[in-house]
Amino acid sequence: MIRKLWSYIGSYKSLIILSPLCVMLDVVCELSMPFLMGKIVDRGIPALNLQYIIQIGILMIGLALVAMLFGSLNHRLAAVVSQGYAANLRQALFDQVQSFSFSNIDTFSTASLVTRLTNDVTQLQNTLLMSMRMLTRAPLMLICVLVFAITINAKLAIIMFIAIPVLVAGISLVVGQAERFFKAVQEKIDAVNSTVEENLIGIRVVKAFVRAPYEKTKFKKSSDELSDTAIRAGNLVVTIMPIMLLILNTATIAVIWFGGRMVANHQLGTGELAGFISYVMLILQSVLMVSTIFMMLARARASAQRIIEVLDTIPSIADKGQALPGSAAAEAGEPTVQHGGIEFRHVDFKYTASGKGEDVLSDINVVIQPGEFVALVGGTGSGKSTMVSLIPRLYDVTRGQVLVGDLDVRDYRLATLRSAIGVVLQNNVLFSGTIRENLMWGNPAASQQEIKEAAQNAQAHDFIMAFPDGYDTDLGQGGVNVSGGQKQRLCIARALLKKPRILIMDDSTSAVDSDTEAKIRASFRENLKGTTILTIAQRISSVQEADKIIVLDDGHIVGIGTHAELIASNPAYQAICASQMEGAVVNG
Amino acid sequence: MAEQQQRPIIPSRGTGPRMVFQKPKNIGATTRRILVYFGRSKYALIIVFTMLFISTGSALAGSYFLKPLVNNYILPGNLQGLAVALAVLGAIYLVGVVASYFQGRVMVRIGQKTANLMRKDLFEKLQDLPLKFFDAHTHGELMSRFTNDIDNVEMAIEQSVVSLISSVLIFAGTLVMMVILSPILFAVAAIILVLMIFLSTTLSKKSTGYFRIQQKSLGSLNGYIEEMVEGLKVVKVFGHEHVASKEFSGLNEKYRSSATTATFLSGVVMPIMGNLGRVLYATVAIVGGVLAISGRLDTGSLVAFLQYSYQISQPINQITNQLSVVLAALAGAERIFEVMDQQVEIDDGTVTLVNVMYVEDGTEDGALVEAPANTKTNEWAWSVPGSNGHTLVPLKGDVRFDHVVFSYDGVTPVLRDISLYAKPGQTIALVGSTGAGKTTISNLINRFYDIQDGTITYDGIDIKTIHKSDLRHSLGMVLQDTHLFTGTVIDNIRYGRLDATDDDCKLAAKRASADSFIRRLPQGYDTIITGDGGNLSQGQRQLLAIARAYAADPPVMILDEATSSIDTRTEHLIEQGMDALMEGRTVFVIAHRLSTIHNASAIIVLEHGEIVERGNHNSLLAEKGRYFQLYTGQAALE
Repeated sequence: MIRKLWSYIGSYKSLIILSPLCVMLDVVCELSMPFLMGKIVDRGIPALNLQYIIQIGILMIGLALVAMLFGSLNHRLAAVVSQGYAANLRQALFDQVQSFSFSNIDTFSTASLVTRLTNDVTQLQNTLLMSMRMLTRAPLMLICVLVFAITINAKLAIIMFIAIPVLVAGISLVVGQAERFFKAVQEKIDAVNSTVEENLIGIRVVKAFVRAPYEKTKFKKSSDELSDTAIRAGNLVVTIMPIMLLILNTATIAVIWFGGRMVANHQLGTGELAGFISYVMLILQSVLMVSTIFMMLARARASAQRIIEVLDTIPSIADKGQALPGSAAAEAGEPTVQHGGIEFRHVDFKYTASGKGEDVLSDINVVIQPGEFVALVGGTGSGKSTMVSLIPRLYDVTRGQVLVGDLDVRDYRLATLRSAIGVVLQNNVLFSGTIRENLMWGNPAASQQEIKEAAQNAQAHDFIMAFPDGYDTDLGQGGVNVSGGQKQRLCIARALLKKPRILIMDDSTSAVDSDTEAKIRASFRENLKGTTILTIAQRISSVQEADKIIVLDDGHIVGIGTHAELIASNPAYQAICASQMEGAVVNG
Repeated sequence: MAEQQQRPIIPSRGTGPRMVFQKPKNIGATTRRILVYFGRSKYALIIVFTMLFISTGSALAGSYFLKPLVNNYILPGNLQGLAVALAVLGAIYLVGVVASYFQGRVMVRIGQKTANLMRKDLFEKLQDLPLKFFDAHTHGELMSRFTNDIDNVEMAIEQSVVSLISSVLIFAGTLVMMVILSPILFAVAAIILVLMIFLSTTLSKKSTGYFRIQQKSLGSLNGYIEEMVEGLKVVKVFGHEHVASKEFSGLNEKYRSSATTATFLSGVVMPIMGNLGRVLYATVAIVGGVLAISGRLDTGSLVAFLQYSYQISQPINQITNQLSVVLAALAGAERIFEVMDQQVEIDDGTVTLVNVMYVEDGTEDGALVEAPANTKTNEWAWSVPGSNGHTLVPLKGDVRFDHVVFSYDGVTPVLRDISLYAKPGQTIALVGSTGAGKTTISNLINRFYDIQDGTITYDGIDIKTIHKSDLRHSLGMVLQDTHLFTGTVIDNIRYGRLDATDDDCKLAAKRASADSFIRRLPQGYDTIITGDGGNLSQGQRQLLAIARAYAADPPVMILDEATSSIDTRTEHLIEQGMDALMEGRTVFVIAHRLSTIHNASAIIVLEHGEIVERGNHNSLLAEKGRYFQLYTGQAALE
């Protein structure tokens, strides 16, 4: 796990090695203070040696300044490295997510991917920052304290060798106990949060059914449980400090007792004794640091695992060759989409990569000529969306072949294939930015004339011009200030700007009124003559004039033909029509 | 104390990074309001402060004790005296440790209890707020009141307040002790101390500025991540990956550079302060040494003074750190109180719904009387208070709108002069394009929103005079986007009526055509529903919502039909369920399906908040107006 995460350190590797060096200099300077102070008290004062006192004093000030310099430098290093590392990691994650195939995307929820890219990365950044500040510092401090203590008086140092293990044992006992409580607290927190969230989402239901009192009681219970559990955990945590103080105070008293006797017997100076006492207190600092680091590392583990999960996901659809985009080899040898003809040959499809589970599509065989207008109809779950998503290779077939322009889709480079196919997805999104910026996703080099034509074909030009800023109207995040129908038309225009050989529209006019939809169809007939169009629609009126209607049921093709042919002979198609026409007197 | 400010060891409820720079607007008032939540714990505070004084005093005395120890016992070699003195020191330490332990325990309790009370209050308040409030606030915003803000308050109470006070005490006590030990040495120390305090405040001000910049670029970075991950499929379809990666890299770099500076500035305070403390220590050693040589200071005093100056940078660091935590908590508390100060849904209705029965009085139907408390009948009536007692009006389900005017924001009218009536047992279909006002009408009947002008009556009673919960009990709702709650399937059906038995619920499910799919679930009726019904299909959730309304069994139903693409088989099931539910009730249906409209008693066609046509199916078709257009597919029906 660490090796994998370490690889993103990149150019910061050399800086991270400097850090322990800075810490070491800082710690040594810092910890020599009580030792030197002891010298002043024991040698300078009794000997009335003013020069000695000033010499040592200035040495101490100098050392403090050196410690300040290296301490600050290490903080600088920690900030640069941890934020730099986080940026590297974030970029790697972002690029990795961008390379995901549709089936990869389906396995992670949007929210969880966002959390991994934001909170989890921040968690690791914080851990690295704190580690660089403390991970080497704590043990170094402990070692230095012991070295100085032994230098002052080896016998007295025995007290420390007893106190430290007792301290470590005591704390790990409490922390080990606490772990269990924290888990319980976390569970209660989750319960409280999910109750709140649920009530916020379902507030209308709660109000309509007058269930506020019930929800209040429910919440009261889970909130009380959280509070009780947290108090129990907290009570354990507050024992840590007193335990440590108790042990260290006992050690201090022991030091004064034994040290005092040595001073009385002239085996130890008063200053040395005072220095020794300071060192006992420093032990507390370093042990506290160690316990903080351990708790932090435990928390970071979960984040690290979630990040690695993303990094280790292998994009399930990738280009065959390794030819770099734009390289000469790529330019010369790569096939391009010659025409908009499509063929499905004995296609089976399952969503699970393992091949288990039910077939979503089975034995699909169909030939679509370039320039045809083809409609897919069928109930939810019949496989319409799945079938069209195989054409731009959003998913790979489980068995069989999909051909575009007489070539298996897997033989194209993904970018080549997808640039030839315009797709308007069912759950479509616009991005923050202006309408123009959004449309230019289809073609970054599009001229105003091209943009306008695409918008006109999608029946979007008029409403765009009705906005005060026209094509420069700013869409909020997610395109909030346009209606559902307008959004769909913008998405169609965006796809049209690609000038694709094949245009796929997955239920993308559901919010557009029939009037406008008819106009869109008319302008497509007029202006997109050479383009193969595949459309999935709920309304029969939208598909009646198709060159070819494919009727799907439960992953099988149960009919192919024109409206007239199917309505005459195909029971499945007849049933769909009947359900929509029920009671209608007039309907062309 | 560790040099790093202790992070809470108890898991934190919030997810986001703590905001460092929020400033509370009114510290005094907010603090007083928080104190109210302390309730009886207020008396425990006295204990806490007593303990705090004891533990602080013990810490200060411990260092001071070095002077007599050195001067009186160690230097003269009085070992017996040393033993006694050490026993006293031990006692002082012990008292301090015990005091700090109890103070910790009490503060944990006060912190948790206060947070718990605030949390419960906040939740109850939310339940009582009108829908208008929820329209104006995002879920995330309200969630963070429960997570980050309450967390901050709790943490501040549990740790920061006490640690802040004790740091101030220690700092002040140290200064006093220094003056007592040696006024001359104190004067020397004071110069460096002033410098330290000045540096500390300057640095923290500066880093606050950089944190603000960091937060801003973090906001745009996270916004970009969210947008691109949400629109990932579109990115792929348009082959936009490289552009996205490049744009992201720009934002990422911008964040990195601002975050690096902010992190550095906030961290560098520690080595600077710590080492200035050591400069102070060294200076004291020099000057103290000089004083000792000239005989103006004894060794014991010097040792004790050095001990104090060695530790003085810690309380200064603590004060700056904890102060920012306390301020953040106060700002959080202010946001919580802001929600609590919102106007609750007004409910001044006096008409209530009561269980009634008919008793023989010679007339054909019998007389209507309130049922005795222990019996349950299936008859209900409105109890209308008057000058001479209550009059009972039987619950029938007659709903009338009379010249109703409504606007969500008080500016843009949504409904203008709407009049309509629904007699008991009738089905009223509301038809019109998106934004015409269909859903608004349904929201007014149950008083989710209050009208600006006109009246709405229920069985002849103005709904404004009806107690809200009773009004809503008499109405059933099936919303387009169904919401289910964590719990079993049967619990969710029971949501309609708390006292429904298992058999009642199963019967409701059968009538709603939901029984067959529920039986096929892994644990049948006891299957746990999680995350708003994420493990069920949309059609199944819709069926459960119908069953839920069935269990409630109200005389008036409001149905918002599902528009989304549900497969034909499920749609057929839902249709059956809905049809059964409509039987014998007054129904307002926001119609998307032609068959519902076909059978409706009356069809109301809405356009821009006005009724443009009304009548039944045949008469409206004959009119060849808007309805005709909608029906024949010349305009979108939604």
